[in-house]
Amino acid sequence: MALAIEARDLRRTYRTRTGWLNPRRLELDAVRGVDLDVRRGELFGLLGPNGAGKTTTIKMLNTLLIPTSGSARVCGFDVVSQTREVRRRIGYVFGGDRGLYDRLSALDNLRYFAELYGVPAARQKRRIGELLELVGLTGRERERVEGYSRGMRQRLHIARGLLHEPEVLFLDEPSIGVDPVAARELRNTVAGLAATGTTVLLTTHYMAEAEELCDRIAVIAGGEIQALGTPDELKHHAEGRRVLEVQAFGVSDAQLARIDGLPGVREASVDVVGTAQLVTVQSDATVDVQADVLRLLDGVRLGRVTARQPTLEDAYVAIVGRSPVGAAA
Amino acid sequence: MSVLRLIGRATLLHVKQLSRSQFEIATALFVPLVQATLAVYLFRAGTEPHRLLEAAVGAGMMAVWSSVLFGSGGAIQNQRWQGTLEMLMLAPRPPALLVFPITLATAVTGTYAMIATLLWGGLVYRIPLDVADPLAFAVSVPAAILGLGMFGLLLASTFVLLPNANAINNTLEYPIWLVSGMLVPITVLPGWTGPVGAVLPTTWASRAVRESVTGSGPVWPSLGVCLALSLGCLVAGALVMSYVERRARANATLALA
Repeated sequence: MALAIEARDLRRTYRTRTGWLNPRRLELDAVRGVDLDVRRGELFGLLGPNGAGKTTTIKMLNTLLIPTSGSARVCGFDVVSQTREVRRRIGYVFGGDRGLYDRLSALDNLRYFAELYGVPAARQKRRIGELLELVGLTGRERERVEGYSRGMRQRLHIARGLLHEPEVLFLDEPSIGVDPVAARELRNTVAGLAATGTTVLLTTHYMAEAEELCDRIAVIAGGEIQALGTPDELKHHAEGRRVLEVQAFGVSDAQLARIDGLPGVREASVDVVGTAQLVTVQSDATVDVQADVLRLLDGVRLGRVTARQPTLEDAYVAIVGRSPVGAAA
Repeated sequence: MSVLRLIGRATLLHVKQLSRSQFEIATALFVPLVQATLAVYLFRAGTEPHRLLEAAVGAGMMAVWSSVLFGSGGAIQNQRWQGTLEMLMLAPRPPALLVFPITLATAVTGTYAMIATLLWGGLVYRIPLDVADPLAFAVSVPAAILGLGMFGLLLASTFVLLPNANAINNTLEYPIWLVSGMLVPITVLPGWTGPVGAVLPTTWASRAVRESVTGSGPVWPSLGVCLALSLGCLVAGALVMSYVERRARANATLALA
């Protein structure tokens, strides 16, 4: 089996020092022994809550960070000792507004990075034209980047990451802050890349994105891989559960804690959706907690109440909730 | 060839990026004009009112130096703030080749001030651009800029190793242009400054430019020493930059967060 990425017991500890007169040294284990095998041409997702170690893992694999211990190879090259060989074969795209020369045009940005990444001069013009077409920026390429929307910047990031036709593309939360239409276009672009044989390692917070795109997903929490498999395999982690969703307005932390403590309840969480809250309660499939939940929400204005089968998101919540970090929280 | 092409194109784009910052352009033009005005009045009040052109050129060189010092010193930090440092470092090139065009661009944008001071001298104080050796002047100014750009790489790499680079920038600006003889001849300074000035590319760059303006000496030896010292700085800077890049990857300091 040809592997594009292989990591063995990858670890990274951040060390910081605060104070001058009485300095305090702090150590944070961001990644604690990650093992990964990503096949060539695979679209692999890395899911996890904030601070789980996703970005640190990606940055060790793409050579921006040196692991504290363990080893990793990309396209067969060691990420520490064969840095330049790895860099020739990878692209890196991260989400957000930064990372571009704002006072230059998209064309200038692409020309510059094409030169940096060693795209032959004779091929640059055609390649840049193809990529502008791919990401839908044709006609806007001579405008300064500072006037671009976030979605346009994100598409320019992707075009830049693909200039040298990398074998492996690292996408670190590429759809963060992007509107739904732009996010869908972005997903189409990523799916198209994978279809042409590019290996993609994607980190995201959006379950739908991961479920739609990824061949396999690893859930990481507390710096460790908690579960790994296809989206369907991961859903088994929520087997034996049922999910109740209640739209509400004004649920307090104390009420949520009481719901969480009900017999048969596995997880209870609340998300803000627009002006409303969405209380999600995962319970044992054999226990119907709906009446008890509604009783504990007495006095709170309620909207729609739905019972449904678990999704990948529920499986994710179950996996993270079981991890030492999730359990502690 | 591809390396030269990379340096050329990258420098051009960084010059473009720097030149579109209204704040940086305003600062680069305003401060040298104030310095040049002071220099003209000092020279007029002294015994050498005929050296006004030297004052204008000297102020221009000071501006090139300031641009290199602050631009190169802040090169890494600026890229980090823009979020472009990681993208640069991911390129499969030696780190020095990624940063050198930035330091060279800061030297090139410093010439705006040189042009401004010469124009200002001609328009406001009627200082004629009466250059003794125009050919040598036309060669020595770009060569001095190239030399200062190379020196900038060493500054950029060493400043990364120091936590308070901005404070060091401020303390280096005036002493360097003083010991380099950009405005006043080195001969009027205390003897101990001589060896310090002699090892700085800035000294030989300003000497070459001054010699081309006044015809007070052969330009090419000074220019040769300037470029030789600068080349040494480039090599040292490249070595330090490779070390710094690895250290930054180990310490996780390439990104802001």
